[in-house]
Amino acid sequence: METSTSRRKLFNQLMKILGLLGLGLSLVILLTLIFDLIIRGGSRIDFNFLTSFPSRRPSEAGLLSAWVGTLFVMLITAVMTILVGVSAAIYLEEYAKPGPMSRLIELNILNLSAMPSILYGLLALGIFVHQFRLGASLLTAGLTLSLLVLPIVIVSSREALRALPPNLKEASFALGATRFQTLIYYQLPSSLSGIMTGVILALSRAIGETAPLITIGALTYIAFLPKSIMDPFTVLPIQLFNWLSRPQPAFHVNAAAAGVILLLLTLSLNLLAIYIRIRVRKSVKW
Amino acid sequence: MVENSKLSVQNLHFFYKSQQVLKNIFLDVTEKKVTALMGPSGCGKTTLLRCVNLMHELIPEASAHGKILLQPQNVNLLSDDMDPLWVRQRVGMVFQKPNPFPKSLFENVAYGLRLRGLKNKSELSGRVEVALKQAGLWVEVSDRMTHSALSLSGGQQQRLCIARALAVEPEVLLLDEPTSALDPISTAHIEEQLSEIKKQVTVMLVTHNLHQAARCSDETVFMLAGEIIEKGKSQKLFTNPQDKRTESYITGRFG
Repeated sequence: METSTSRRKLFNQLMKILGLLGLGLSLVILLTLIFDLIIRGGSRIDFNFLTSFPSRRPSEAGLLSAWVGTLFVMLITAVMTILVGVSAAIYLEEYAKPGPMSRLIELNILNLSAMPSILYGLLALGIFVHQFRLGASLLTAGLTLSLLVLPIVIVSSREALRALPPNLKEASFALGATRFQTLIYYQLPSSLSGIMTGVILALSRAIGETAPLITIGALTYIAFLPKSIMDPFTVLPIQLFNWLSRPQPAFHVNAAAAGVILLLLTLSLNLLAIYIRIRVRKSVKW
Repeated sequence: MVENSKLSVQNLHFFYKSQQVLKNIFLDVTEKKVTALMGPSGCGKTTLLRCVNLMHELIPEASAHGKILLQPQNVNLLSDDMDPLWVRQRVGMVFQKPNPFPKSLFENVAYGLRLRGLKNKSELSGRVEVALKQAGLWVEVSDRMTHSALSLSGGQQQRLCIARALAVEPEVLLLDEPTSALDPISTAHIEEQLSEIKKQVTVMLVTHNLHQAARCSDETVFMLAGEIIEKGKSQKLFTNPQDKRTESYITGRFG
C-alpha cells in the first residue's frame, strides 16, 4: 500500500517535470528565433526602410510596397472571408436541414482546412488568373487567401453559434421573431466575439502565406504603390523570401528586418482582435 | 361555445413522430381569467400550452390536428395558412426556466417591440415601463435599466421574462411552470402579480403544483396521459372533484 502511494506520487512529479520541460523547450526555441531576428535585423529598421521601394543596393532597399501590399491583401481577404464564411456558417447551422448531405459538407469543410496551401494557389491560378482574367492582382491574392482560410472561419463561426443556449432562441421565436430577426437581434450579437476570434485567427494564418501567392504569379520587385485592386503587388513574406535568396549578406539583414516587421504586424493583428473582443463583450451583457 | 370564451380548443390531437401525446382535447379558456393546466409530468399539459402559440411548429416531427379558435377574431390557429408571427404577437409565452437575453433590462423588454419595427425612443420606454409595472418589477429595477438582465436574481429574471412577453400587449399569456425553478418568495411574488395581469390578459398556467393551481387560478383543468380528465371552476374542482382520478391526485395519492 505504502509503496504504491509513493510510486503514484513519483509519477505525478515526473509528469509535472516532463510538462515543464516541454513548455520550456518550445518557449526557448521561439524566443531564440525572435531575438535572433531582432539582433540581426533590428538595427536595419528605420523610417527609410519602411518608406523605400526595393532596390538593387541593400542599404537603400525598403519594404514600402511589401507592407502596403500585405495590408491591402489582408483587407480584401477579411471582407471576403467575413461575408462568405459567416454566411455559410449561418446557412449550415440555422437553415440547412440536418441529414447525410449536411454531414458530408461538414466533413469536407474540415478536410479543406487541412489542405496544403499551394493547392489553393494552383486552383486560384486556374480560376481567378486564367478563367476570370483577374491577373496576378491584389484582388486575386485576396480571393486566394480567403479561399484558404474560409474553412477556419466557417468552423469557428458555426461553433460560436452552436454554443448559444437554445432556450434563448426559443424565447425569441415565442416573441414573434422570424429566423432572420433572431439572428440579427440575438444570435449574431451574442456570438460575435467567437466569430471575430475565428476571423482574426484566419487572418493571422493568411498574413504569413507565401506559396499560394507565388503560384498565382505575385511579383517580387514592385516599385510603385497599388492604385486599384487590379494592380500587381508583393507582400512581406515574398519580399523576405526574395532577399533571403540573394547571395549578398547585407540582403540577409534586410530579410531579418522584414521578419521583425511581419511579426509585429501579426502581433498587432492579434492585439486588435483582443481589443475588438473586449469591446464586443462589453456590449453583450452575459 | 361557452360565453366569454377567449380560446376554444376543439378535437385536438397531437402527435410526436407516431406517438400520440394529446388525445381528443376539448377546452374553453375564459377571457381574462387564469386557467390552470394541472397534472403529473408527461401528461401533455406543456404540449397543449405550446400548441396555442404554435411553438410545436419548430419541432420537425410534431403535428397537431384539430382546432384552436381565438376569439373575437374567430380564427383557427392551427389552420395551415395561419401565420405563426401573427399568432405569437397575440399569444405570448413564458418558459419554465428564466431565459432573458444577454442584453440590458431595457433591451430585453423592448425586444418584441423592436421586432415589430417600433423605434420611437419615448414610446419604447413608455411601453417598457408599463410592462415592467404589470410584471411587478418596475420598483426594483427602474434605476438600473442599462444593467445586464443576467445580473438579476432568478425570480427577478422570470418577472423580466413576463414583462418581455407583456410588452407587445398580447391577448393571451401562456405560463409554462413559471415558478418551478424559483424559491417560495419569488414564487409568491409572481402569483400575486397574476391577479393584476389577468385584468388585461387571458392567462393559461401550466403547473404540476396543485397548491399553486388552487391558489391562483379561476378555472382548473386536470390532465392525465394526454387526456383531459376533469375541468371546472377551481374552487369546485378542488373541494368536490367529480372523477376518482382527480380526487386521488389532489389528495396526494399520486403525482
